[in-house]
Amino acid sequence: MSNVDKRPAINFSDEQAQLLDVATGFAQDKFPLNRARARIAAKEDFDAAVWKEMTSLGWLGVAVPEDFGGSSLSLAEVVTIVEPLGRVLAGAPLVSTTLTAQTLLKAGTGAQKGKWLPKICEGAIGTLALVEPHGDWNLEHLTATAEREGDMLILTGTKTFVTDAASADLAIVSVSLDEAPALVLLDRQALDCAKIEREIVIDETRRSYRVTLGDISVSRECLLDPSQTVAALKYIDEAACLLLAAEICGGASGVLETTVNYLKTRKQFDHLIGSYQALKHPTVDALMAIDAARSHLYYAAGVFGDDGEREIAVRMAKALASDALAFASDRAIQFHGGFGFTYDCDAQLYRRRGIWCESQCGDAAYQRKRLASLIL
Amino acid sequence: MSVDRKELDEFRTEVRAWFEENRPPDPGFLLPQSFMEVGSDEQFNFLRDWQQKVYKAGYLGMAWPKEYGGGSKPQILQDVATREMVRQKVPFMTNTIGLNWAGPLILNMGTEEQKKAYIPGILSAEDIWCQGFSEPDHGSDLGNAQLKAVRDGSDFVLNGSKIWTSLGKHAKYMILLARSNPSANSKYEGLSFFLIPMKVPGVEVVPIRKLTGEYGFNQTFFTDARVPESCLMGREGGGWQVAMTTLAFERGAVGGQAGGHAMMSKDVSQVVALARIAQRNGRRAIEDPVIRDKLVQFMMEEKSFALNSARAKITPLVAEWPGSIAMAGKLAATEYQRRLNQFALSLQGANAAYYVGDPNAYERGQWQRSYFNAFSGTIGGGTSEIQHNIIGERVLGLPKS
Repeated sequence: MSNVDKRPAINFSDEQAQLLDVATGFAQDKFPLNRARARIAAKEDFDAAVWKEMTSLGWLGVAVPEDFGGSSLSLAEVVTIVEPLGRVLAGAPLVSTTLTAQTLLKAGTGAQKGKWLPKICEGAIGTLALVEPHGDWNLEHLTATAEREGDMLILTGTKTFVTDAASADLAIVSVSLDEAPALVLLDRQALDCAKIEREIVIDETRRSYRVTLGDISVSRECLLDPSQTVAALKYIDEAACLLLAAEICGGASGVLETTVNYLKTRKQFDHLIGSYQALKHPTVDALMAIDAARSHLYYAAGVFGDDGEREIAVRMAKALASDALAFASDRAIQFHGGFGFTYDCDAQLYRRRGIWCESQCGDAAYQRKRLASLIL
Repeated sequence: MSVDRKELDEFRTEVRAWFEENRPPDPGFLLPQSFMEVGSDEQFNFLRDWQQKVYKAGYLGMAWPKEYGGGSKPQILQDVATREMVRQKVPFMTNTIGLNWAGPLILNMGTEEQKKAYIPGILSAEDIWCQGFSEPDHGSDLGNAQLKAVRDGSDFVLNGSKIWTSLGKHAKYMILLARSNPSANSKYEGLSFFLIPMKVPGVEVVPIRKLTGEYGFNQTFFTDARVPESCLMGREGGGWQVAMTTLAFERGAVGGQAGGHAMMSKDVSQVVALARIAQRNGRRAIEDPVIRDKLVQFMMEEKSFALNSARAKITPLVAEWPGSIAMAGKLAATEYQRRLNQFALSLQGANAAYYVGDPNAYERGQWQRSYFNAFSGTIGGGTSEIQHNIIGERVLGLPKS
């Protein structure tokens, strides 16, 4: 068929269908919302028992080649796991670990890939240290630095919003080296040399840390392939947009269900409040926003391997998903009335999740600005 | 009757070339964008001639039977031709009701005489069709139609009125839903469906002036208008089922239409083109960051319609709220059209204030007009507010308002 007759199709694999089914069941069984609340109170960075199960299901290696112990699928399949987990606000380091593996695949040296990818498939936790105190979403805006000293690299500077840094087995940190962006792999031992302080963050299901590098020195072998670094940063940004969009879409569906259930059971002035059009109509608007975002999400998942389409598709998905969750959860708080103003109401959990996800890799307005230069 | 890839590609090349060579020149006046907007004789004559030309070239009714003027060819060829008309933005096929719902209905359940009498004229645009469903007091409540059809020997005598009769002034025939038995068991059983001639004594078509200042809709009054019982479609008292079949054709839920496009919707690429011309602070509007942001929003939204249709076909991805995409399609698309047109006006800066008729109006004022006409989408066929209720109740399961 010629281009003109090409109507967009969504590629959805059998593997995606199976994983979506399994992950939906897993999320329902393992993560009732009271589990998300227990997570908030827990001391540990993550729930080790659940993590072990996710590992044994092979979820950490979905997008890792078989040579390294994975199943050689792609991020499209990871999306189908992340979305249902996002729906129940599961707080597991699946996304950050997946992104760490993807970074290694894109820019890791042979030795780094050989050492770490099999470990990740077996449950090692990875995290990315890309954000800095200035808060700029541009990942190439770096003030942390690395300097060469013999066979060593000396790292200085501060990284913020490093999830699970207190327990991660490895972190990949971005720094400026020779006035160009560089990525450096830190194992647990190197991480322990940095100052790691817990941050109080808006999404309380997350464990986030400020990492002060303070002149820690690591072997030059920890440097990822410099020739691939810039491309890798762009790729991580896009992969993160895709997985965040999945997490956000899941959250939006979850909060919509919360709202609908309330509108169907709560009575005021002798009527179920869902019969009032002032509440019904915006709830329908939320449904339509979620529908559009999910369609873009699964389209982006399907074309993620296509260099020509990837960036546009993931930024559209993240922009629409962010706005959908923001609207659905904002209205969820309002439509729960006085209860919505309390900590006990689940609506706030979703609103907080939405703000966290918007703060990662750029909110909707930022994505649209990037899109404008790509499509106008 | 299958068509292989090579034949299809050849046909596409042929049809593409034909429309490129034969697309009508600018008529020198503003053309309507749908059959609901045909408001003057010059517009009508232009569009009728164009349909005739397309039909004679063999690109309309391609899959309808040869004996009634069709082409007896595979449907896929007609689909290719129709898509090409949309793609090249040539004027729409003006006999829309005949081509898309009266015609398929007659082919589906009409007698041999009816097919022979009506189908060829529908395709050639010699016989224009209009529709008598809505009534002034019963906007969307079709089953409550009150126009009286009283049997008198072998005739029916019609009294009452129908509203929103597009093309009524130019139509030779009407599909009509009327009440033939006021004391039937249910309101539905009292209805009969007719194919009636418009040029009979007692039928008067009165134009309704639209918010655009133009014409296109009419109210049709029936005063002791007499039609023979041979005008009945289906059996006496069976009108509701026939009307439902008609609506299925109208909404495209069932195939069998003659092909050709019925409407020329605006799309975001036209608005982007406008933004490249319009001025803001001495520069092109498309360089303004706020305008860029808005354009990107429209582009994402427009793309989501096509992506929603694609996702609707994947069962595991529509498991939670089945039917939501199909049911919200009309609401989403019509509200989008209204907002897109509104934005196109604001892009024009001070010139947004020109209107159709002023020689300085951008593109003859078509954006001003299409903004107002966009309300026919958000009001007709169940208002956006009713659509919200329907989706809330049937998809989300919320209590009735």
